[in-house]
Amino acid sequence: MKHAMLLLSLVLPAAGADPPPLAIRNARVVTVSGPVLKKATVVVKDGLIAAVGENIDVPKDAWVIEGEGLTVYPGLIDALSNWGIPEAAALAPAPAASGRTSTTPRPAPSATPDPSAPPPAQGPEDRPSNTSWQRAADLVKPTDRRLEAARSAGFTTAVTFPMTGIFAGQGAVINLAGEKAQQMVVASPVGQYLAFPAGSGFGGGGGFPGSLMGVFAYIRQLNIDADYYRQARLEYEKRPAGARRPDYDRASEGWLESPRILLPATRAMEIDRVLRLAAEVKKLAVVYGAHEGYKAADLLKKAGAPVLMSLKWPEKARDADPDQPESLRTLELRDKAPSTPAALAKAGVKFAFYTDKIDRPRDALRAVRRAIDAGLSVDDAVRALTLAAAEIYGVAGQIGSIEAGKIANLLVTSGDLFQEKTQVKFVLIDGVKFEPAPETPPAEEVAR
Amino acid sequence: MKTGLILSLALAAAAFAAPPVVIQNAKVLTVTKGTFQGSVLIQDGKIVEAGEKVMVPPGARIIDAAGQYLMPGIIDAHTHIASESTNEGSISVSSMARIEDAINPEDISIYRALAGGVTTAHVLHGSANSIGGTTVVLKMRWTRDAAGLVFEGARPGLKFALGENPKRSGSGASPSRTTPRYPATRMGIEDVIRQAFVEAKQYQQAWGDYQAKVKSGVQATPPRRDLKLEPIVEVLEGKRMTHVHAYRADEILMMLRLAEELGFKIHSLEHGLEGYKVAKEIVAHGAGVSTFSDWWAYKMEAIDAIPYNAALMMRKGVLVSLNSDDLNANLSTRLNTEAAKTMKYGGLNETEALALITINPARQLEIDKRVGSIEPGKDADLVIYDKHPLSSFARVQKVFIDGEMYFDRDRDVSGRAEREVRKKALTDRQKEREKEQKKSFPTRRPS
Repeated sequence: MKHAMLLLSLVLPAAGADPPPLAIRNARVVTVSGPVLKKATVVVKDGLIAAVGENIDVPKDAWVIEGEGLTVYPGLIDALSNWGIPEAAALAPAPAASGRTSTTPRPAPSATPDPSAPPPAQGPEDRPSNTSWQRAADLVKPTDRRLEAARSAGFTTAVTFPMTGIFAGQGAVINLAGEKAQQMVVASPVGQYLAFPAGSGFGGGGGFPGSLMGVFAYIRQLNIDADYYRQARLEYEKRPAGARRPDYDRASEGWLESPRILLPATRAMEIDRVLRLAAEVKKLAVVYGAHEGYKAADLLKKAGAPVLMSLKWPEKARDADPDQPESLRTLELRDKAPSTPAALAKAGVKFAFYTDKIDRPRDALRAVRRAIDAGLSVDDAVRALTLAAAEIYGVAGQIGSIEAGKIANLLVTSGDLFQEKTQVKFVLIDGVKFEPAPETPPAEEVAR
Repeated sequence: MKTGLILSLALAAAAFAAPPVVIQNAKVLTVTKGTFQGSVLIQDGKIVEAGEKVMVPPGARIIDAAGQYLMPGIIDAHTHIASESTNEGSISVSSMARIEDAINPEDISIYRALAGGVTTAHVLHGSANSIGGTTVVLKMRWTRDAAGLVFEGARPGLKFALGENPKRSGSGASPSRTTPRYPATRMGIEDVIRQAFVEAKQYQQAWGDYQAKVKSGVQATPPRRDLKLEPIVEVLEGKRMTHVHAYRADEILMMLRLAEELGFKIHSLEHGLEGYKVAKEIVAHGAGVSTFSDWWAYKMEAIDAIPYNAALMMRKGVLVSLNSDDLNANLSTRLNTEAAKTMKYGGLNETEALALITINPARQLEIDKRVGSIEPGKDADLVIYDKHPLSSFARVQKVFIDGEMYFDRDRDVSGRAEREVRKKALTDRQKEREKEQKKSFPTRRPS
């Protein structure tokens, strides 16, 4: 009896008093995986989508929400994020997806060296800027204050990553709500986040690597080392007696368990560069940033690499000198970046959107509208905010569309997602309903 | 519709087999085969014929260069353009760093160098480290991607550096460096290089032992691959060229002796400002020198630099070239006048002066079978100047690489207005966007 109870609680971690089923009746349902249902019902039970369709019986005990005039979408997914990791919020805002800049500013060398600081790295074997073993799944907390704003904008899920260093660590697909951190994790690990910090190069004293080519050399060597490590471990495990054990190397472990690697590339030539690196290290690569992807769609298609498309469209810096002439290339990138999603869709490249450095999650949808204005179909736009991300990370069996059996992550709006007037009515995350917080002006503006 | 299809088919066919080009009526400075008034026939990217009269195949495109000068494309033996990073300066031996990884095919310096008649450039790692990274030879094929720039078949190189730069990077004298790096002296640099080769030899030995065991059927574990030591082993095996940044006579001698002791060849001394003092020893080793025309007094170790250096070394039999050492194509836009200076300082003749920026760097980089002079069979890398290229009034008119025109002054000049129009349109659209944004995101202030 006691055993049976233990077993039961293992199988149903979220047990307790089961909430009654919930049904959204007579709503417009954008399933994404199938056709749009003009007047359908979605039944949610035990945190899962129990049924969806036009002629569905609503369970007797169901809590019924009249969906007349409402539209149901799969919950939106931020395909590259650090939501849920509260420490990340304090850091510099999310990644600059370029070969030359970085999320992690190199610590400025101070006049007096810190005696407790480790000596500068002398090469790849010192594993600098490497936390490849670190898992976002172990870092997420439901108390991250950014989660509410994200939910209020219609996001139910994020693929969240540690973002410090060159080998930052393993991402996790998380739901943006939960009583406990453990309940948030949908899948882990889903990929290794790589960034290319810029260095002065000329003996800045920051240790290896101090340049882009140093970073590339490091990635290449770690890939070789990890492979060597794996072989050595296998050999040793077969015949431990009489053999010297290989040193434990967590950096190699982290690299080996990465099902895919995320590589930064904004410009077309950077996309070309990282794709060549990915081919060399024989890892499944996902390119993030990709603002100049409109020039590299064929290249990406050929490499079969999916893209995480930054929604922070390049714009002129607010404090830029208005008299400073700008290059044609810069102006063109700003003008054409939002046409990248359409170009990728046309070329058949899989892509998903991520909110990047956008301050307010709500602005992400406005940014998507610019891509739609530049030729992206509304269907493809919705897909890039939902199912595409799930497919890229291999979790399409769990999330990303409205299908029976999938996790009940839903977004219910007053109308078409990309209309300015459309309001988020509520979201469901693991079947739990969250209503949006009233929109408040951003803090910096209040402070004035 | 149908005509469109035919037209595009015709265009596609044309792209595969570009029509032959004949450059006529030019003063042809071949550098290796004399100077004459005549023509050059280009086909399939190669020079087919050069002479006073050449065959004109049917359908050939004729370029009339009457009153103009035709010379081989300039080869810049030492530059840092087209690369997004130059130094992996964190460590003293950074041979795992590859310039090839950092190629930026969109660097405007490529176009500028091209406009200065440069068709080939050797892009090196910087001089911050005793042993720097691997180098790459590029053709200035502006508009091509990174792989498309690489001079196919050119032997790979490795950069070394002696003297003040690697010393300074390590000494802690630099305010930004918190932890001093070994070496901080010329003695230390020699030691670091020797140590690296000793390690590389052990590594080479370990692999040799492993391969021998495998061959004789003995169970063996391979050594760990080390990307830092691999290029040094390649140097020992003669598979990789060496380019050594060196200024002073004493450190030049040190490096030549060290190389002889360790068993490898120095292919070129980079800069070699005091090379004129030890030309005999340089010739005996078989090294070339890639130097500057008349740079002087910009640092202590350049104190004995003289503008006669190139000519003096050349007279002693050293294979000499002149380079730009550019970061942003500046000097590489006028390497022709750099070469001309050796006629004033040292009395070189025209052909010798031109050789400093064409066939000599080609020989130093061992690409002289392909480029460096106007000879049948070589790549059609050619420059048309309006005046004699050794005149400071000369302007590059057209540049060909592999027979394809990559720079045309007329096209450049006539395209400027159109670029301005495009720029204006984009700027206007940007302003419109900014206005739109202000409308949709009005700054809210508490009332």
